[in-house]
Amino acid sequence: MYLIPSLIMFGCGVFGFITRKNMIAILISLELMLNSVDINFVVFNRFLYPDQLNGMFFALFAIAIAAAETAVAIAIIINVYRVAKKVDISEITKLKF
Amino acid sequence: MDYSQFLIMPQEIGLLVVFLLVFLYDTFMPDRCQKALPTFTTALFGLYTVFSFFPVHSGMAFAGMFESSDATWAMKAILNVGMLLVLLQSIKWANSEFVAVRRGEFYELLLLTLFGMFLMVSARNMLLFYIGLETASLPLAALAAFEKNHYESHEAAAKYMFTAIFSSAILLLGMSFVYGLAGSFDYNVLASALGDKHSALLIAAVAFVVAGVGFKLSLVPFHLWTADVYQGAPTAVTSYLSVISKGSAAFAFLVILVQVFGTVYADVWKWMLYAIIILTITIGNLFAVRQRNLKRFLAFSSISQAGYIMLGIIAANTLGMTSMMYYILVYIFSNLGAFAVIAAIERQTDKVTIDDYNGLFKTNPWLAFTMMIAMFSLAGIPPFAGFFSKFFVFAGALKTADTAVYILVLIALINTIISLYYYLLVVKAMFIRQDECSIPTLKSHWSEKTGMILCAMGIILIGLVSCIYTFLNGVAENSSSLFNLI
Repeated sequence: MYLIPSLIMFGCGVFGFITRKNMIAILISLELMLNSVDINFVVFNRFLYPDQLNGMFFALFAIAIAAAETAVAIAIIINVYRVAKKVDISEITKLKF
Repeated sequence: MDYSQFLIMPQEIGLLVVFLLVFLYDTFMPDRCQKALPTFTTALFGLYTVFSFFPVHSGMAFAGMFESSDATWAMKAILNVGMLLVLLQSIKWANSEFVAVRRGEFYELLLLTLFGMFLMVSARNMLLFYIGLETASLPLAALAAFEKNHYESHEAAAKYMFTAIFSSAILLLGMSFVYGLAGSFDYNVLASALGDKHSALLIAAVAFVVAGVGFKLSLVPFHLWTADVYQGAPTAVTSYLSVISKGSAAFAFLVILVQVFGTVYADVWKWMLYAIIILTITIGNLFAVRQRNLKRFLAFSSISQAGYIMLGIIAANTLGMTSMMYYILVYIFSNLGAFAVIAAIERQTDKVTIDDYNGLFKTNPWLAFTMMIAMFSLAGIPPFAGFFSKFFVFAGALKTADTAVYILVLIALINTIISLYYYLLVVKAMFIRQDECSIPTLKSHWSEKTGMILCAMGIILIGLVSCIYTFLNGVAENSSSLFNLI
């Protein structure tokens, strides 16, 4: 039951990642995906294996790592903005086939 | 807490010591000594590499999360050799005008990513594997953005970062399904708990894990970041990404697939890998043909090489594991040889396209010679190591005695012939084209020379000195319990 919102969140994240053009929006979509997976871990732990804490711990680690990822990603976005003066990915296309 | 368990991880601890010394040097030494930091790091890492060749005790630490065995020890030693070559190539670059301010960070981040890769190789628990993977890939995004004065560097970092986060989210989704099925993260427990639960959820879990790690290895449906990142990132980082990062991910991938998902080998992931390998080798080759920029060209070549590395995994036997490790070792030397030449020329002239290399033999015979044997080795021409590594990978795959795999090896063989064409295009540009060369006669730094000589020696010797292969084979035989489930 609780898996449905997490799957919807994950789907929204993937959809946003593919369709959004703003780098900040893409980052938000990615966060949505990471957080939906955390819900998955906690739900599996709580309802299938209530006698252990593995899933909860994994969710904690995943949250911490997601925070680190966001920090690095934002730093990179700021760098790109400083050089290119834009955060729109459809205009950041110097490297391509 | 039992502190004696740290004794089985001397390689990790040694690496941390190197990292701390470099960090202290960077922080506390006066400015006039800072210029020696790259040399200091390389020398220290060289010592540590020698130290890491001493055998370690096998065993498990941290409640079975971390495993040290002959195979992980050999893999880490191989990664160390590659890292040493990367460091040698980057000394001169790290002292260049725009990078010099931050050269300390460059080395610290590089050493930390290597630490993450060691965790990944040794991980026997999904949690440690995930942490190792992220430790390895997060600093790499920062490293890709290292040349602040180059716009391309930032674009490459942004692309790498987004695909890395996306892939790790998918990997996590796969892991959460595995947890839902088996209720543990420990590989051994998972293997027995997954047993014969052939459910749709398990197939989805395998697919997501393969996709997540496939991003790291740049296997084909997940390869789109590779060329852009390789082209935009600084050459030292590109060479690191293409060999060390790929090698460690391949080993960890092998362990997860055979140990955790071993029971669904024939039904599920064999066929996934089957399709992925065909796509990877073919598409990597076809796109490499049309590249003019050498870094992009090597990116596509490394995509197709990753397909050959996967052949060692699809074999799922000790011979496959041996040939995979051997392939990674040879690939480190050949690819780094090519990157050493590109880095040396790019540093002094900023020229990276194949047309710039026309007639290189006349102005820089030694650079052209190193590039030539690196290309021959990548293509797999007999006296060089690349031939033997391809041969063993094919032999390992053929040992499965399965008609489908025979066809796969045949396709891979045909692709080797296609790859000859584009590798030889570079050689042709250097030796046969008679145009006036736009690259003047260059004088390489001693560190670059040492790196190139080591690579050239590796390419020539590793294939001929057969005891290396025999040794790796013995190492893989000791880990044959990995393949119990196949």
